[in-house]
Amino acid sequence: MIINHPLLGPRDAQEFVYLGDASLIDRPDVNAETALEDFHDYLYLRDNPAGSHKELWFHEQGDRAWLVVTRDMTTHEITDVELASDYAKRRGRDR
Amino acid sequence: MSEHLLTPLTALGRDSPVTKTIGGITICENPDLAIASLTVRQGRDQQLQTVLTSILGGSLSGPGRAIFSNSTTAIWTGVDQWFLMAPLSEHPDYAAEIKNIVKDSASVTEQTDGWVIFDLKGDNLIPFLERICNLNSKTLVAGDATRCLIEHLGCLIICRESGRNFTIVGPRSSASSLHHTLVTAALSVA
Amino acid sequence: MSQKNRLNGGQIDRNRPLSFSFDGKNYTGYVGDTLSSALLANNVRLMGRSFKYHRPRGVFSAGSEEPNALVELRSGARREPNTRATVAELYDGLEAQSQNRFPSLRFDALAVSDVLSSFLSAGFYYKTFMWPAAFWEKVYEPAIRRAAGLGRLSGEEDPDVYDKGFLHCDLLIIGAGPSGLAAALTAGRAGAEVILAEEDFAFGGRLLAERDLLADLSANDWVSDVVGELSTLPNVRLMTRTTVFGQYDHGIFSAIERISDHLPEPPTHKPRQILWRIYSKRALLTAGATERPIAFENNDRPGVMLAGALRAYANRWAVTPAKDVVIFTNNDDGHRTARDLAAKGVNIAALVDCRADAPASAEFEVLKGAEVIDSRGRLGLNSVKVRLQDGSEKEITCGAFGGAGGWNPNVHLTCHKRGRPIWNDDILAFVPAPISDPALRVAGAAAGIFSTHGALQSGAEKAIQVLKELDISARMPNLSKAEDAPVNIAPFWYVRGGKGRVWLDLQNDVTVKDIKLAHQEGFKSVEHVKRYTTLGMATDQGKTANLGALAVLADLGGKSISDVGTTIFRPPYTPVSMGAIAGRSRGKNFRPYRLTPSHKWAEKQGAVFVEAGNWLRAQWFPIEGETHWRQSVDREVLAVRKSVGVCDVTTLGKIDVQGTDAAEFLNHVYCNGFAKLPVGKARYGLMLREDGLAMDDGTAARLAEDHFVVTTTTANAVSVFRHMEFCRQCLWPGLGVQLISTTEAWAQFAVAGPNARKLLQKIVDPAYDISNEAFPYMACGEVTICGGLRARLFRISFSGELAYEIAVPTRYGDALVRRVIEAGREFDAIPYGTEALGVLRIEKGHAAGNELNGQSTAAMLGMGRMVSQKKDSIGRVLAGRPHLIREDDYRLVGLRPVNAEDTILSGAHLMSIKDTANAKNDQGWVTSAAYSPHVGSSIALAFLKKGDARHGEVIRIVSPLDNSDIEATVTSPHFIDPEGERLRV
Repeated sequence: MIINHPLLGPRDAQEFVYLGDASLIDRPDVNAETALEDFHDYLYLRDNPAGSHKELWFHEQGDRAWLVVTRDMTTHEITDVELASDYAKRRGRDR
Repeated sequence: MSEHLLTPLTALGRDSPVTKTIGGITICENPDLAIASLTVRQGRDQQLQTVLTSILGGSLSGPGRAIFSNSTTAIWTGVDQWFLMAPLSEHPDYAAEIKNIVKDSASVTEQTDGWVIFDLKGDNLIPFLERICNLNSKTLVAGDATRCLIEHLGCLIICRESGRNFTIVGPRSSASSLHHTLVTAALSVA
Repeated sequence: MSQKNRLNGGQIDRNRPLSFSFDGKNYTGYVGDTLSSALLANNVRLMGRSFKYHRPRGVFSAGSEEPNALVELRSGARREPNTRATVAELYDGLEAQSQNRFPSLRFDALAVSDVLSSFLSAGFYYKTFMWPAAFWEKVYEPAIRRAAGLGRLSGEEDPDVYDKGFLHCDLLIIGAGPSGLAAALTAGRAGAEVILAEEDFAFGGRLLAERDLLADLSANDWVSDVVGELSTLPNVRLMTRTTVFGQYDHGIFSAIERISDHLPEPPTHKPRQILWRIYSKRALLTAGATERPIAFENNDRPGVMLAGALRAYANRWAVTPAKDVVIFTNNDDGHRTARDLAAKGVNIAALVDCRADAPASAEFEVLKGAEVIDSRGRLGLNSVKVRLQDGSEKEITCGAFGGAGGWNPNVHLTCHKRGRPIWNDDILAFVPAPISDPALRVAGAAAGIFSTHGALQSGAEKAIQVLKELDISARMPNLSKAEDAPVNIAPFWYVRGGKGRVWLDLQNDVTVKDIKLAHQEGFKSVEHVKRYTTLGMATDQGKTANLGALAVLADLGGKSISDVGTTIFRPPYTPVSMGAIAGRSRGKNFRPYRLTPSHKWAEKQGAVFVEAGNWLRAQWFPIEGETHWRQSVDREVLAVRKSVGVCDVTTLGKIDVQGTDAAEFLNHVYCNGFAKLPVGKARYGLMLREDGLAMDDGTAARLAEDHFVVTTTTANAVSVFRHMEFCRQCLWPGLGVQLISTTEAWAQFAVAGPNARKLLQKIVDPAYDISNEAFPYMACGEVTICGGLRARLFRISFSGELAYEIAVPTRYGDALVRRVIEAGREFDAIPYGTEALGVLRIEKGHAAGNELNGQSTAAMLGMGRMVSQKKDSIGRVLAGRPHLIREDDYRLVGLRPVNAEDTILSGAHLMSIKDTANAKNDQGWVTSAAYSPHVGSSIALAFLKKGDARHGEVIRIVSPLDNSDIEATVTSPHFIDPEGERLRV
């Protein structure tokens, strides 16, 4: 596959390491009352869509940026790629 | 420069650098390059650019690019991160030197000994580059610099002159493996 | 007479004869020949024996689809089995051997299996060799392997080199027949970056095998003109002997270029083949079509061939397998073959056309509405039997037979991304499905457009269309007028009736009867039939066989072929040698290796090395008189405990963590706290995974308020860095922290033992006070050594002894280890390897990879209280799951055998002393074991249920693997200095 890196352009997927669902960015609050259940769901419950899926790829042999790649699981078509740090900030992650 | 007792080895484990010319391709180990990584700290981009202008003569390069200024090369290596390179003989403690310039506008890390550097020269290196990495080497122009895989090793490739002059920066502990790859590929296309 | 079957004309160079041998007999051919054309020219029809029944077989086709003529090429280490004679380019001195026969091709003793064929029908593997089970490995399989199988490997190392490479283009054109050439011309003139890849050694594809004229040029001259123009265009890369064999996602293709296969041996240092990975913006499949036979009884004799192949041999190579030929066809293309052969002076003994309304001919006899029903000839065809329209039968003498069952578009690459071909009733063949993915388009015969005119036109049109998508405008070239015959074909696939065998898949010896049997036994889906009968498997992947079988299945099920459907194809299109796939990754360069800074020196000391990941590390350093590794390791361990030793620990991962929020960041990634660690101090840190299990451990040393150096285990250096970047970029992107790996930048040595300080005081410059008071346990700092070299010093210990780790710029690592050993001479300092390192840490009870194996919690490791509840760290919440913190969980313990002579084995299981040794009573397992010269017996670390409360208990250590069952005492995991006094002196 080819991943169109937002900064470096099209790169071979061989340069990347796959992690999984981009929902891993939405890490629950450790201090919530329901933290144990929240973390259980966060870590073990995943959607497995036959279609568009946001997922995390690490450009290990490139610029070491984590990317959020939107890929169709049935065709491998990639419709969007962005820096995970931008995506994470948009999802409210900070410090 | 201090007069300590220890004698360095090159990345290929010798007293002096190895140069090989195969066909029209010269592969030259270059031990005389100091490297420091530079990562801008939050919100300090402007300040960093300003203090660096003195040694770079211009702005830091963008993604996939390097700038060459006098004896210093700056290569974009990641978001907010660059490798600065300069002759080791003139800059024996390069990271400290850079840190002294950039102060707390950037984090600086000594990288000189993390890498092996091979300078490649030839009239037409394209067929050679096609055998070692997946970059579209025909389209690389001076100042293009990017990381890529060479026989499973993450390396930086810097184009100094389109098709004719490149520098490969590879992981030092695998210098022998990388050198073997370069030599084999050169023999293959020579 | 030599080359008695050679005709006039052809694209061979009669001025350049080549000599070659087949089964030891010498022959002559010409430049331009393939092995098969040269053998046919010399009247050799028998070229091999079939896979299962050892039936005599001859060449069947003239291309890469060949099922029969597989030979061993070359000799010695270069012997290459299963080479298709049809694509082996002839060179002077070529040696070929037939295969799969004993003792000779003409008399093959194993042909007895042909007589026994009724026992070897479809699925015989599954039925015949079932009992007794133990016989399979020892009796049945070796026997079957000897009898079946194809060529023999040389068994020697391949002396040739293979290379890999990467290419980029706007348009990759796969196949250089009329459509591919027209497309290349169109795209090349438009300035697009074009790669034109052709599997043959000459461009032209099917045009090379035809007598067509394009305008007033011969096909050959037209090809030369086009290739001539293309070769002047710098944006066009012309590649012959290059098979594009696989399509992958997003325009990536793999291709094999045979650089030296047509030479006796490759020039020095030159690769035999190159495996290319091609990145294309668009690709055009112009791979042509493959003819299929019509099956009938005994249709496998040498001399029975595809009609189009006879035409190709006659037109391109000026060869006919015999003077008298019978053609059997269901379509007009069979007539074209007959005409071409007749024009070359070959006698068409009959053209048998199953169609009652077949066209007539003035040049030869056409038997309309007739069928070929049988053949004769033991080692080669002598005659065929024909059933005429009126039902009468006629024997016709002939030495060669051409079957013309229509053409199948070469759709293979369109299937690699799950494209499923669809049936086309006009040409009675599967054609590529309309492809939504723009990466690969199809033109010419591969798209089912069979006329030369149509091929040229569609090639150019498709090129214009895809280039438009890339914003490159291209113009239709002025294409010559060419043959434009329509396809007239009748659905006729195999001859019914008869008692003999009707062969469908020649390579796998699958007959119509086998398909019927499979169907009868319930294997009705095409996918099941394929696997049950092996139809369409092996080197040719059923290119000429599949459709016949589908037709049989359709008849059996009362369905249409369209409804039966087809199996689809995977890469590779044609076989690819393992050498090419390995490329440069061979021998010690199988993968890149990593050398430590002291490698050269250690080699000189005679160290024995071990692979740790890609690293080569010194395992132990034997000295004179030591004959067993244990002697060296015991000596090294004792020397460290008694005085001092040096070990290269550069391989541990080192990550530079800087920034105003560096401490807070480490608080997140380690389960224990780092915010309050003073500058100049190091601390042990345990990283958990988010699920609460231990991930890795190491130390973090604070060099400045905003600067830490983190170490990881050697094995996890890469994954921990990746994880930390995930934390930084994805979880806490607002933190001011910067990470970079510095593993290789520093040569790092552990200097351990009671005399470590005394030794280092001779190395570290006097300006730096490293006394116990000034530089206590867990201190760290920047120093200079040996008269001014900058270095880092950490007072950390893996061995349990007074110990330091000292780091210098890597280039000085070699000099430093020499200097340390030299300075340590007065203390009898020794180098120690990873084996002694392991013993030392087991004696001290330090967890390592065996304990941090992805199953252990902090509590199991005895570090439960380290998990800080005051801060948010990875794994904190789930580490608190009740199941992970229950009291009766496993705990790390030490084990010492009751009988000091006993040896504890890693991986052995723990049982209570009174329990039966079984899985139900399992109490835990041994994680690490070693002989401890300090204790004087075997010792071990283990996870034992409630182990922390069982110190002193005697348990059993059971290993069913070696039937050992010993008793051991449970102890603290710290076999030496449990109070940690030695560390602090």
